[in-house]
This record gives sequence, structure tokens and C-alpha cells, in this order.
Amino acid sequence: MRPVTEDDLAEAVRMARGPLVVRGGGTRAIGRPVTGELLETGGLAGITLYEPGALTLVAGAGTPLAEIEAALAAEGQRLPFEPIDMRALLGTDGVPTVGGMVAANASGPRRVQAGACRDSLIGVRFVDGSGTVIRNGGRVMKNVTGYDLVKLMAGSWGTLGVLSECAFKLLPVPEAEASLRSAAMDPSAAVAVMARALGTPYEVSAAARDSDGRVLLRLEGFGDQVARRSAALQAALGGDWDVLDAETSAGAWRGVRDVTAFADAPGDVWRLSVRPSAAPEMVARIDAPVVLDWGGGLIWARVEAGRDLRADLGQFQGHATRIRGEPVAALPVFQPEPAPVVALAAGLRAKFDPRGVLNPGLMG
Amino acid sequence: MEMPAPNPAILARRGEVLDQLASVLPRAALITDTTELRAYECDALTAYRCLPMAVVLPGSTEEVAAVMRICHGAGVPVGPRGSGTSLAGGALPSEDAVLLGVARMREVLEVDLADRIIRVQTGITNLAVTGAVEEDGFFYAPDPSSQLACAIAGNIAMNSGGAHCLKYGVTTNNLLGVTLVQMDGTVVEMGGAHLDAAGYDLLGLVCGSEGQLGVVTEATLRILPKPEGARPVMIAFDSAEVAGACVADIIKAGVLPVAIEFMDRPCIRACEDFAKAGYPDCEALLIVEVEGAEAEIDAQLGLIGQIARRHDPVELRESRSEDESKRIWLGRKSAFGAMGNINDYMCLDGTIPVSSLPFVLRRIGEMSTEFGLDVANVFHAGDGNMHPLILFDANTPGELEKCEAFGAEILKLCVEAGGCLTGEHGVGIEKRDLMSVQFTPEDLEAQMRVKDVFDPGWLLNPAKVFPLEASAPRRAA
Repeated sequence: MRPVTEDDLAEAVRMARGPLVVRGGGTRAIGRPVTGELLETGGLAGITLYEPGALTLVAGAGTPLAEIEAALAAEGQRLPFEPIDMRALLGTDGVPTVGGMVAANASGPRRVQAGACRDSLIGVRFVDGSGTVIRNGGRVMKNVTGYDLVKLMAGSWGTLGVLSECAFKLLPVPEAEASLRSAAMDPSAAVAVMARALGTPYEVSAAARDSDGRVLLRLEGFGDQVARRSAALQAALGGDWDVLDAETSAGAWRGVRDVTAFADAPGDVWRLSVRPSAAPEMVARIDAPVVLDWGGGLIWARVEAGRDLRADLGQFQGHATRIRGEPVAALPVFQPEPAPVVALAAGLRAKFDPRGVLNPGLMG
Repeated sequence: MEMPAPNPAILARRGEVLDQLASVLPRAALITDTTELRAYECDALTAYRCLPMAVVLPGSTEEVAAVMRICHGAGVPVGPRGSGTSLAGGALPSEDAVLLGVARMREVLEVDLADRIIRVQTGITNLAVTGAVEEDGFFYAPDPSSQLACAIAGNIAMNSGGAHCLKYGVTTNNLLGVTLVQMDGTVVEMGGAHLDAAGYDLLGLVCGSEGQLGVVTEATLRILPKPEGARPVMIAFDSAEVAGACVADIIKAGVLPVAIEFMDRPCIRACEDFAKAGYPDCEALLIVEVEGAEAEIDAQLGLIGQIARRHDPVELRESRSEDESKRIWLGRKSAFGAMGNINDYMCLDGTIPVSSLPFVLRRIGEMSTEFGLDVANVFHAGDGNMHPLILFDANTPGELEKCEAFGAEILKLCVEAGGCLTGEHGVGIEKRDLMSVQFTPEDLEAQMRVKDVFDPGWLLNPAKVFPLEASAPRRAA
């Protein structure tokens, strides 16, 4: 099914007699596979409102992300959170959509500075599991009217509702960009230097350690500002740094964002969100190729197929998601959570999808 | 504003419930004396007052959980309270409910500059959080104007904003984790020093839920390195429309000021009379602040000046020193005090799309004449969050009601223009019955379902947020 209006979408969900596989562009094939009738949102496409002077955009959930990015670029603006494109990493094709991005709460390197997808998302319209259209949030960036279901929808992987429309707050694209790159460093030294960089007032917009162990620090702003901050940051950190020009910098960050280092390499891929200072110890326990982003707070790990990475990590603050790998029954894709959280999540699912038709089982 | 009649069955059990509470709390943490209860009868929405059944001031998450278990068992509603600075009646007590204050829980539990986080007990004030990390060059970004007094607990409950959220976001964007005590006493940890949720974003749901999903006793907050410096420019226009167009042009040019504040003529006059900040006599005044090193500030203010000059300002004054910056901000920061000096006032908090500003201001002006009440407008122009201040005389019978009716019309106008009822103050009791202007019954039902999950008995802060009529069946069940 591929509804082209919200009413049709609601009707399709209402009429469902069994599980629905909710899909945007199908590029973020993560989670336990669901069998059922395919419900595609690609027909709900198009930008419905774009006000550059108000830094807001509203678009149908099926709108290709590329269309959004092109419209924004024409006005010198962008989505602040730098969403990851997972096609290379997961070997998927298709067209990433707005709804898929939101359902995955997909964020990239700028998350440390500008927040996640959920932080830029200011409004949603969705159809719940009973086929009812629900609106929450709106098109203004400051809004505390009622409960924030916008956040709940971000990262819920289509299990609580099928998104039909999303509204975002935007940011201007700064005039200039440059990055500093170090020689290879061990994880401890890298995390320490990233923490120092993120603690300076120079508004470092991304801090990563690439697959070769090199630390990358990104600066964005007005032309003179980036040059000045680049010098100031080098002075503050000490050591030797290569300064990457805008184009090289952008390429390097695309690589970090999309984890291209693991794209054509074998094995399972895990994504861990951890306390940054815990990253070096985690990396030691992982003992496999890693890419660190978010100053160490995000670890991408490529491990042998079928490995139970969580068992090797023990207790830690944060969570591990199995992003790529053949389904293994004993290996939940999403981090198992403590009992009270599980109870709340199950309660929400029972309320928003009482018949259990929306991507049932996808999140475990 | 109507509140539900207290439940006589609960009132009849008062003695029994107080005995139970006394068994789990230190003596000083349980207030039952009428004179002492007086201090808690209202929050900053002072037109509404009510003595609670009792006030409890637990000192730990465990004590909070013990209180909640008792109230849950006895079917007694609980109203959480931070510092009681809510402008929306979010902390207004009920006669048949226990008011639970977090004021005794104000410890800083952990500061980690490398991970850029601070963990606190939620009774701590907003400003004290910054105070704990300031010497190390960090700050906590959300800055509601009550920040000297307001508690983090209340900030989380209302998802508080402030003047600087155009750049730094509101509470929800700076909150990493909470310890939440549910109505039945269950303690839940959500988030922590890491980013984003493993499963559903329950943290995002709790933030802004106005104390209806649980009591937040501890929080992990994101702290940021302090900018090198900040300076404002003041730009005066002879029309609100032009000032609005100037704001849009500044944003479109790719400058991201840390704050853009807007005042209209009545507000400018009152501030000027009160604070003598040297504001010109004009229709609309913008204060635009940018951050960075000296040279960076100069460059940005230069660009803003260029844009503003295209709109033919009456006056443009770029701050060159800390002293000048203070003077420019002085008037704006004393706006509420200035209003209080001339009259009683009601402060509204709707948000509108920035593009509707001229239309909305014009309509507010017309309505002001219709209602016969003066309005002064001050607002966060970058994000469209308006604070119309309606002036009235509380001693004139019927004037408060007239003021409330006018306020309701303004908020409906905000919704009509594509905005919302509240940008940062919250719904509380104040905007509760207007919720159906912004939301369909289905939208409200979806929100109430969330409360069903967290608090099936609807005992936590029950008669707030949702229209009384809409929540009645659940509260009665």
C-alpha cells in the first residue's frame, strides 16, 4: 500500500487485518525483521511550508531527504543535526525520506553541538495504530503546549504511529568550515583531546577519531572567525594539526557521518552511545575496529559476525544497538532496558497501537 | 478558573494519611499547620490560592518514593512543586492533595567537565547550576527570567526556555537524564551522561509534562563552555512591521544571534520611565545580542547594522563596552518590574510564526481598544515567543475576569496565526481550558493516554493541563 493522502493512510491503517511493515525509503533497515503487508509512506511527499526567515520547514513524511536538502541549500540553510545516510553501511538502496529519518532519530557528527534529530523536530502529524490522525507540536520553535509526543515519535521506528508530516527548525549554513586533523592517537589520548576541544569556547561543531585513529575537529562560522578559531584551538590544544580546507573537511565528515570505513568491510556493526570519558575502556573491551564520534560519546564498532558484544561489555552507562548483522534470536537489536522502562514502553505501545499492527516486534 | 471540588472521602482520611507520612519523614519535612501551609497556597499565578492537605519536603529520592507509595495506597492526589514560580498555576495546590516540594533537595551530585555534564538534585535553582560550574568557564544554557529562584524540577516539568534559547535551545535540549519517581513509588532512571535513548524517548516525554507523569528528583544536565564575550545592538524603528521584517532579514542573512528581543511602544515607555535605560521614543525596539571574541562580535554586529540600516531605523546603538551592554539590557530586563510599578498585569506566553508578527500585533492593538485594557508587548522575536502584558486593576471588581477573557482571545489569535498557546510557561490551570482551541479531541486523547500509562489512577497533579471536561472521566475513575 502506498497512500498519497493522510486520510488514505489513516484508512489503510484502520483497515489493516494483520501486521503492517511501515516503510519510508527502506534505507534504514534496522531492527528485528517484520513480516506483514507493506505500508509505504513515499506517496506523502512534498514540502508544505518553508519560511527561511522563521527557520522553519514542514514536509510530508515521504518527502525525499535530498529534496529537502536542495530546497534548504538554495536559501543557505540546513537541517542542523546532519543525518546519517545508511545506504553504504547497510548495503540498502532506495531514497532516504524525512519520515524514515525521524523514525530512526538519525543524527550525525553535529549532534554534539546542535542536538539530535529529535531536538530540531518541532511538530508531527501521524496515524496511530487505530487509524486515528494525531497532531502534536506545530510549526513554531518554542512550544510547550501539552505533552511532547514529538520526542516520543522520534526514534520510535514506526511502532507507535505512522508519520505523515514533520516540521523542523533549521539553521543557517555558516559561511566557512575547516577542520583540524591530528596524526593517529590511541583512544585515551584522542578522547582527552576531544574533550578539551569541546570544552573551549570555539564552538567545535564535531569531534571524531576516524578509523585510522586520527582526531578530527570541525570549526564552522564566518570566514575570519573560522581562521581565528582554528589558530586559537591549535594553540589551546598544542601538538601538530593539519588544517583541512572546507571541501576536504566536508568529505572527511561525510565519511565519519556515514561510517564509510565499515561499508565494504565484513562483520557486524554496532552503535554505542556512552559517556565520553568511558569510551577508551569500552574500546579496549570491544577490541575490534572502531570509529569514535561525538567526542567519544558515540562508538561505531565492527566486530565478527554474530558476536554478543553486550556480553563482553558488561555493565555500562549508555546503550548498544546492533545496526548490521544477520538476525540472531539471542541478540536483541536494541539495548534491553530495565524493568520499569520496559513496562512504560509496553504501556505506550498498548495505548498507541492496541492491535499491535505497526511494525510489531521491530524494537524487540 | 474553576477547580474540581475536593473529594470528601479523601478529606475524611486526612488524619490517617498524615500519620503515615509522619512515619517516613523527618518532623520538619511534614507541614500540616494552617499558618505554615499558607506559604504554599499559590505559585506565581497569585490570583488562585488553595491550602493543600499537607506539604511534604522530602530530602531524598527514597523519601519521595515512600511518600508516593503512601499517597498511592491511600488514593490521595500529589501535586509536585519546585520553587513555586510557575506563572501558569502549575504548582497550585488542591485541598484534597498533598503538595510535594523538592526544596530540601538541592545538592550538586557530580560535575564532570570532560563529559560536560552536571548531575543535581532538582530542588537546586537554575542559577545555582551555572554557579557550580562558572569558575571553570561553563554555564547551564536555559535561562528563564526567574532563574534566581526557579528550581530545576520546575524547569523540567515546564520545559522552561529563556531569552537565549534561539541559539541554545530550551530545557529538553539540555537535559540528558532524570531519576523519576512514579505515582506508585517506582523509581525509574532515564538517560544519563550519554546521549539519546536506547528505545522510546521517555526523557523527552517527561520533560514538559508538568509534573503529571512523575516527580523528578535528580537530573543530569548538559553544560556548555562560556562564550568569549557577548554584546548587543539596540535598533529602534517607527513601525512594528519594519522591525519584524528586519528580524527575518537578519536570520535569512545567516547570522545566528544568541537573542533577539522585541518591545513595542507601551513597553518601551514603561521601561524607560522605570529604568531610564535611554531608549528612544519609537514604535518598536529590537535588542540583538551576538557572541564570540571581540573581532567576531564586531563583524557580526557590523553585518546586523548593515541589514538594519536598509530598513531605515530611527536609531541604532551598538554596544562598545560592558557598561553600554548593561544599559541596553537594563530596560528589557526590568520590563516586568516596570509594568508592576504602574499596574497589576497578566503576562501571556503564546508563540506565533515570526512572519505573522505584524498581523498579530495589529490585532492585539484592536482588541486592546475593544476590551478597554492596555497591553504592552515584549517578546523573543527570533523564535516568535510573545509575552503580551495586559494591564488591569485587581481591585476593580470584574476587571480580572475581563483581563482573562482578553488574554484568552490573544492566545486564540496566536493559535489562529499558526502558533501555540504557550511557548515556555506551560499550561497549568491557566491555559487548561483553552487546550481544545489548539488540539482536537483526538490530539488530547493521545496525550492523556500517556498519563494513563505513567499514572493510571490520575493522582499526580490531576486537574491541570487538560480541559477539566476532557479529563473528568479519568479523574473520577
